[in-house]
Amino acid sequence: MSVSEGPAVAPAPILAAAPPARRSWAPMLQAAPLWAVLLLFFVFPLLATGVVSLWNYTEYSLVPDVTQRNYVEMFEGCSDLSGGLCTTFRTYISTLRLCGMVWACTLVLGFAVSYFLCFHVRSDGMRMALFLVCTAPFLTSNVIRMISWIPLLGREGVVNGVLVGAGIVDKPQDWLLFSEFSVVLAFVHLYTLFVVVPVFNSMMRIDHRLLEAARDAGATGWQTVWHVVVPLAKPGLVIGSIFVIVLVMGDFVTIGVMGGQQIASVGKVIQVQMSYLQFPAAAAQAMVLLALVLLVIAVMTKLVDIRREL
Amino acid sequence: MEERRPLSFWLLALLFALFVLFLYGPTLTILVLSFQGPEGGLTFPLQGLSLHWYRILWDGVGVVDIWAAFRRSVKLGLTVMVLTTLISLSAGYAFRRRFPGQSLLFHLTVTSLIVPSIVVSLGIALEFRLIDDAVKAWAEANEVTWLAEGYTTAMGLFTSGLGAHLTWTLPFGLLIMFAVFNRFPNQLEEAARDLGASPWQVFRHVVLPLIGPSLVGVALFGFTLSWDEIARSSQAIGDLNTLPLELQGLTTTVTTPEIYALGTLTTGVSVAVIALSFAAIALWRRLRLKRG
Repeated sequence: MSVSEGPAVAPAPILAAAPPARRSWAPMLQAAPLWAVLLLFFVFPLLATGVVSLWNYTEYSLVPDVTQRNYVEMFEGCSDLSGGLCTTFRTYISTLRLCGMVWACTLVLGFAVSYFLCFHVRSDGMRMALFLVCTAPFLTSNVIRMISWIPLLGREGVVNGVLVGAGIVDKPQDWLLFSEFSVVLAFVHLYTLFVVVPVFNSMMRIDHRLLEAARDAGATGWQTVWHVVVPLAKPGLVIGSIFVIVLVMGDFVTIGVMGGQQIASVGKVIQVQMSYLQFPAAAAQAMVLLALVLLVIAVMTKLVDIRREL
Repeated sequence: MEERRPLSFWLLALLFALFVLFLYGPTLTILVLSFQGPEGGLTFPLQGLSLHWYRILWDGVGVVDIWAAFRRSVKLGLTVMVLTTLISLSAGYAFRRRFPGQSLLFHLTVTSLIVPSIVVSLGIALEFRLIDDAVKAWAEANEVTWLAEGYTTAMGLFTSGLGAHLTWTLPFGLLIMFAVFNRFPNQLEEAARDLGASPWQVFRHVVLPLIGPSLVGVALFGFTLSWDEIARSSQAIGDLNTLPLELQGLTTTVTTPEIYALGTLTTGVSVAVIALSFAAIALWRRLRLKRG
């Protein structure tokens, strides 16, 4: 009470002087649990992976000798391109191909959905409700959302029924399910919201007067979108891209379930090696995957920074 | 409607409607198909309408004890929920002031979110294997017989499994706390402090009532993300699987609508938790308004 009644200037030094004594340890203590979890279950595991990737192994156990065996075996035959690509390169190319397709689809779809929500929906309440409708499925199971495509895409599924019924094809199509198509479809189904959320966030910060200014200056709708909205939504687009690319690159569940265990991916290779207890080989694969992912992220974040400086 | 909607609006509205159909349509399909009659298969048409597949599910799915997995997932989900809320709140509080290692901790948290789950899962599995080997070697070297003979592994649902889930839920929790505290009216706290409130009183009577709804949101993320987690659990869960892992295994072996019944039930739990959270948030807001 006495503080608030006194002159406005006098208590300030006391207040300013008091917190620093606590400031030194209180936040560190508050952050300690997060530190502990991340060190125990994220940093140490990655270090363990790095170390084990350099170890030798037998059928039964790990042998802690430093060896390059795991990396050498992984790229065995990769320098010789005459007999086609080696398994590792083929796996990576197949994974990157999937990444590219999913990335393109989710980016376009995610952008369009966010654009509609931000610039066409007029009431804030409606916008929030529709945004929640788009994001709620994130909180439900991915596997269930995958298997729910089976009655639609299977040989006797709804889509084939419609196609045959309408006379577009004369017999049920097999490529709809357990194929690259169904894998990409499932990825788009699962991960578009990872683009919608950050792009929506970026777009909500765009001053609508900029769009009006562009229109007044004679820009067409497309020109406004391309030269005003896209550059301003770029941070969101980049964050969304990072999510989608990384999620697809490390995936083995979706590719397993929707690809009918037929399609190769880096994540699946790691999982299979783990199931054969080839831990050091799996660790080496994981390190290479991690390096590639970090490279992608580095390039992506550079892209955004450069644009901001221009 | 002060001006006529342009054509682009109608096209995008159509696209949006199709997108929502794309998002929810398949899940609704398995909801309908889970009520197949006993003769029904995995696809349309519906052969009658019954609870047959739910009854079969109730008795258990073949060799897998699905209800034990269900209970394990609930317990783990609740644990993850409580820990995610507490740790995110505490860390969110810490980030409001400067402290050494702040930037590193933030980057570490974000990295934990974007490093491929299979890499994290594998790493945790390797870490626990190394711990196991070390414990066994130590016990044998020091002739601690009970430990050398009785010890199998430190891996399990509430050790490695819990840790794996937290690396996935905590980044979301922390980001939500950031969003909350960025918009937080700091002057309210200052006012309380000026009036002589202790840090705990400021938290209890000023901060908590304001951020309560967001904490419910963090808890919601904690439970649902854990409830559906597969990728990070896959290598790190130990001998006993969680429900989604069992479900993933069943996708290749079960060829009856039973799997749709299980899927509908699992989604039902998620939807119930989401609804419960929204109700809690609404209730919290109403109580606060009433109190003034």
